[in-house]
Amino acid sequence: MSLLAYDFMQRALVAAVLTGLAAPAIGTYLVQKRLALLGDGIGHIALTGVALGLLTGRAPLLTAVLVAVAGATLIELLRLRGRASGDVALALFFYGGIAAGVLLTGLAGGSAATLTSYLFGALTTVSNADLVLVAVLAGLVLAVSLGLAPQLFAVCQDEEHARVAGLRVGAYSVLISVLAAVTVTLAMRTVGLLLVSALMVVPVAAAQQLTRAFRATLALAMSLGVVAAVSGVWASFYADTAPGPTIVLLALAGFVLASPAGGWLRRSRRVHTPFEEDDAPTGVVGAAGGVAGAGIAVGAHDRAEHHPHRHGEGCGHLAVEHGDHVDYVHDGHRHVPHDDHYDEH
Amino acid sequence: MLSGMSDQPAPAALRAHDLTVALGGRPVVRRVDLDVRPGEFVTVLGGNGSGKSTLVRAATGLVPHLSGGAWLFGVPVAAFRDWHRLGYVPQRPSAASGVPATVREVVAAGRLSRRRLLRPLARGDRAAVDHALSAVDLADRAGDSVAELSGGQQQRALIARALATEPDLLVLDEPTAGVDLAHQRLLAEVLAAHSARGVAIVLVAHELGPLARLVDRVVVMRDGRVIFDGTPDAEAAAFSHSHDHHPVDPHVTGGARADVLGPGWQVGGAR
Repeated sequence: MSLLAYDFMQRALVAAVLTGLAAPAIGTYLVQKRLALLGDGIGHIALTGVALGLLTGRAPLLTAVLVAVAGATLIELLRLRGRASGDVALALFFYGGIAAGVLLTGLAGGSAATLTSYLFGALTTVSNADLVLVAVLAGLVLAVSLGLAPQLFAVCQDEEHARVAGLRVGAYSVLISVLAAVTVTLAMRTVGLLLVSALMVVPVAAAQQLTRAFRATLALAMSLGVVAAVSGVWASFYADTAPGPTIVLLALAGFVLASPAGGWLRRSRRVHTPFEEDDAPTGVVGAAGGVAGAGIAVGAHDRAEHHPHRHGEGCGHLAVEHGDHVDYVHDGHRHVPHDDHYDEH
Repeated sequence: MLSGMSDQPAPAALRAHDLTVALGGRPVVRRVDLDVRPGEFVTVLGGNGSGKSTLVRAATGLVPHLSGGAWLFGVPVAAFRDWHRLGYVPQRPSAASGVPATVREVVAAGRLSRRRLLRPLARGDRAAVDHALSAVDLADRAGDSVAELSGGQQQRALIARALATEPDLLVLDEPTAGVDLAHQRLLAEVLAAHSARGVAIVLVAHELGPLARLVDRVVVMRDGRVIFDGTPDAEAAAFSHSHDHHPVDPHVTGGARADVLGPGWQVGGAR
């Protein structure tokens, strides 16, 4: 019996593909910002949103989105204002979110078991309405994280430079957090809140074993995410395992394979270029002369002398007054200019 | 070089007036006045903690100031929007981040202030990136990951990023830290060319090295205050024969950097 014969498996596959694309896309920026665990923290905050939905009788997916977005924004604001470092801000919300989630679920008359489908995903119970919401959110995440890639890259790479480039760093940072929150909640049904962070981080970690460029990392991470998600759904159907954990373990297997492959790739590159380009012997540099050499092309310093370095203003050696002339301290002894050479003093 | 020009109708490229900056409640820059005219090459010197870095960071709006004012091209920095006129090289230990990026990708970020949202890199952008890469002698490393470069090469990549902006004002915060002498010379040549084209340059440094000859004006800071502001020649004339009245205490700035102040300066650092 083919897996595609079942409606619920078709929906599961579509949801898995969307998650597999969106989670690594935004995850790449989180890893770049060295906030790889942000997704995990937001997942715990979203738990409060789920519980709120259960308590008020609204769709848990919707309340989870709202609460996760609010929490992610607050984490980023705390970090930007310098009131708490990124990891401490994350920890505060991490624990607050899971405590409030369990507490509110209890108030709603549910138990921890009620939360299980959100913690670990319930891919096969995705409804058509769920799927529409997941598709809209994934489309939003992909549109922003690919469309604004140059801006987001610059903000995550170097906040200071981004600010001077006229980018509104605060707004972009909050945007990244909000996108992460949206991704977490859309992945809630596929891999679950506890494992969503894995799908945001593991494909990126695997991809960067093999890449040198940001764009290539982003593209490869998204490809790996989709492969892991689809093959995870496939494998879980035939092996009768839980889809969420299967997807995550397959992604991790991708990392395990990529890591030695990356090492081999780097070694083979090194064989082609065994030496750095600018490993020129430093003794030659500077023969054109200290002060006079400033502003002269680098290529013009080939004239090697007995004493290859010419002392002068700013040559890096300590200048010492010595009677009517200046000595330069050089490797523990003193040099004094004399015609075209240096005497030892 | 444009030293000696005054009363220009064009607004200063960078201006600080009575600028006071506090970090964590402690004043780091105290009532500083600084004007950098278009095309002028100014070096801000000083020891660690003298406030030189904070001064340029406040003047470019990176840190808020407590009182006084900062202007870029005549516009208060809070209202300044022509960021493509400013190229900035931050003081940063590494150009790398959590995800690999090629040298070209990092340098291309310098074009962001000239690009509109959702537009790909135009041909002019690519040309500027190529030009900046060859200016710092990194063209052959453009496709390599910045994390694989040495510290000095990463610093040159950050300089290329600022050059790629094609700015009217270049602010460089200790750009030669870790850069070897040959490439400091190369940088001197690049800055000289920009200066000759009318680009204003503010260079924060604690030693000048091969850049010394290019500087129009030297500003020396200590304890958050400007303790000297003048041309290197004026300084040379005023101080070259009176070492004891040297405005920079060799024990504060470190005696080993004897000739940070340009031609004519010899500090008796080893006495």
